[in-house]
Amino acid sequence: MRKKWLAIPYALWALIFSVIPILLIAIYSFCSRSPYGNIVYTFTWDNYRRFLEPIYLNVLWRSVVLAVQSTIICFLLGYPMALLIARSDIKKRSLMILLFILPLWTNFLLRTYAWMVLLRDQGVINQFLIALGIIEEPLKLLYTNGAVLLGMVYNFLPFMVLPIYAVLSKLDHSLIEAAEDLGATSLEVFMKVIFPLSIPGVISGTIMVFMPAVSTFIISDLLGGGQTILLGNLIQNQFLVARNWQFGSSISIIMISMILVCMAIMGRYREEGGELW
Amino acid sequence: MNIIELKGVSKRFAEKDALVDINLSIRPKEFVTLLGPSGCGKTTTLRIIGGFEQPTNGDVYFEGRRINHLPPYQRQLNTVFQKYALFPHLNVYENIAFGLNIKKAAQKDIAKKVAYMLQLVNLEGFEKRKIHSLSGGQQQRIAIARALVCEPKVLLLDEPLGALDLKLRKEMQLELKKMQQQLGITFIYVTHDQEEALTMSDRVVVMSDGEIQQIGTPEDIYNEPVNQFVADFIGEGNILKGIMLEDYRVKFEEQIFPCIDKGFGNNEAVEVLVRPEDIQIVDPERGMLRGIVESVVFKGVHYEIMVRDESGTHWMIHSIHMAKNGEAVGLKILPDAIHIMKKAV
Repeated sequence: MRKKWLAIPYALWALIFSVIPILLIAIYSFCSRSPYGNIVYTFTWDNYRRFLEPIYLNVLWRSVVLAVQSTIICFLLGYPMALLIARSDIKKRSLMILLFILPLWTNFLLRTYAWMVLLRDQGVINQFLIALGIIEEPLKLLYTNGAVLLGMVYNFLPFMVLPIYAVLSKLDHSLIEAAEDLGATSLEVFMKVIFPLSIPGVISGTIMVFMPAVSTFIISDLLGGGQTILLGNLIQNQFLVARNWQFGSSISIIMISMILVCMAIMGRYREEGGELW
Repeated sequence: MNIIELKGVSKRFAEKDALVDINLSIRPKEFVTLLGPSGCGKTTTLRIIGGFEQPTNGDVYFEGRRINHLPPYQRQLNTVFQKYALFPHLNVYENIAFGLNIKKAAQKDIAKKVAYMLQLVNLEGFEKRKIHSLSGGQQQRIAIARALVCEPKVLLLDEPLGALDLKLRKEMQLELKKMQQQLGITFIYVTHDQEEALTMSDRVVVMSDGEIQQIGTPEDIYNEPVNQFVADFIGEGNILKGIMLEDYRVKFEEQIFPCIDKGFGNNEAVEVLVRPEDIQIVDPERGMLRGIVESVVFKGVHYEIMVRDESGTHWMIHSIHMAKNGEAVGLKILPDAIHIMKKAV
């Protein structure tokens, strides 16, 4: 109890940078708008009602689909990677993790710009394929849904691999031996012991990939070229271009609620461990 | 026929010999204990039998068939692991049923067998319990049930009672022995606890530094240890240098004692073991050796008395009679209390 004052910096931080901004956004989302775009503090549902128009629901749908797709791809790529790293011996492990995290040390924007260079019509990939004679005309790679998906998977894959790796590397090896001892083949050991016990890691990874994927606007901006409007872009536009903070706020609140609901559902499974299976 | 046989098995881990030329035959329905200090190779031996390690040299036979390269899941034996290794994501029923489910047994049979096993280990009604809600002793029983339900011909147990408190351990020792006799299964048991080994085993294999020191019944290894290591490791003892003058006559502490050992060379240097409980304290004039009592410690069942004899050697004596510090006493050692061992090279 004497150490209560230690919590003061944290409490201040949370108050100033989390609680107050979210409260402000929540308040704005229920405010009206003057003809010149100023905030008028009279209560209205208009900002939420407007989101129900098909054009915006479409954006929501597209964002969710892309985020789900990238999460699934991250899982399919990331799980075997995590397993591989966790299974290799200690000395190799840290090198593998380092190689994996190294790109994260460069700027997120730079990494995404680099993909633009690779995917352009005159980019490395197209030129390479033309030089090999596989294609004659450059493929349209950049400014497609595929490019956005690629960008998401590339940027968020470590967030899937690391939590799964953390769980797998702590897995008691004698459990695997016990399963073998009871007659389980390698595949059965994986399906009945290793995978069920790694589910908490899978859930953490899923949350950590899905959240940034559903809210990103830079990846869709740069690699989608404005062709693919996602929730993140919509919010950005409402605040910076349309100067409609009220509508931007209501979309933000909708997105936050969505993520909270997802986390609550997944968190329940995480607590119960392997109960899911 | 022997159910398990190791012939010339050795194992090297990164330039270090873990096992050297192990030869061991285990008969059906036998309770065999591998006993030794940590790092002696007993667990490695068990893991080679279980299929978790491959021998560097030598062969492993199961009912006369060479099984060196058979993976664990194809061997007809099951293991009770040191820290139980129960599956934390499954409940008690699912843990015990694991092996039967792998074998795709009918659910009805599984239910019947699991119920029987729970009854065998005295945990009826625990089917739905979570593993982490069980005590150490209960987890231990589930681990045994999980291995036994597969009806193995051989059960391997790797220090299964190590984590339990003394009282529980003693109870489990008796229960395990009872189970083994009731089910008629071969048990291969690894422990560093000599008392445990003596209590449960039909035969004990004493190991040290990756080698077998002695194989024998508990009585054999206690009463007739072949060398100083075994004598020292099993029970407590006074070990002295001596000279075997001829059959039935040994000289130590500058005195000649009659004994019951023979077959050593005349005037061969040997080591002499006298168990502390085999020495009687008598009046000085009636003793074969004379000494002064240096300390007396009450141990419950007996007193542990240290006596320094005239040549300065310390003797440990277990006696139900008390002695006084500083008292002059005589020590009486009868022929059958003296065990002669070959001198370590």
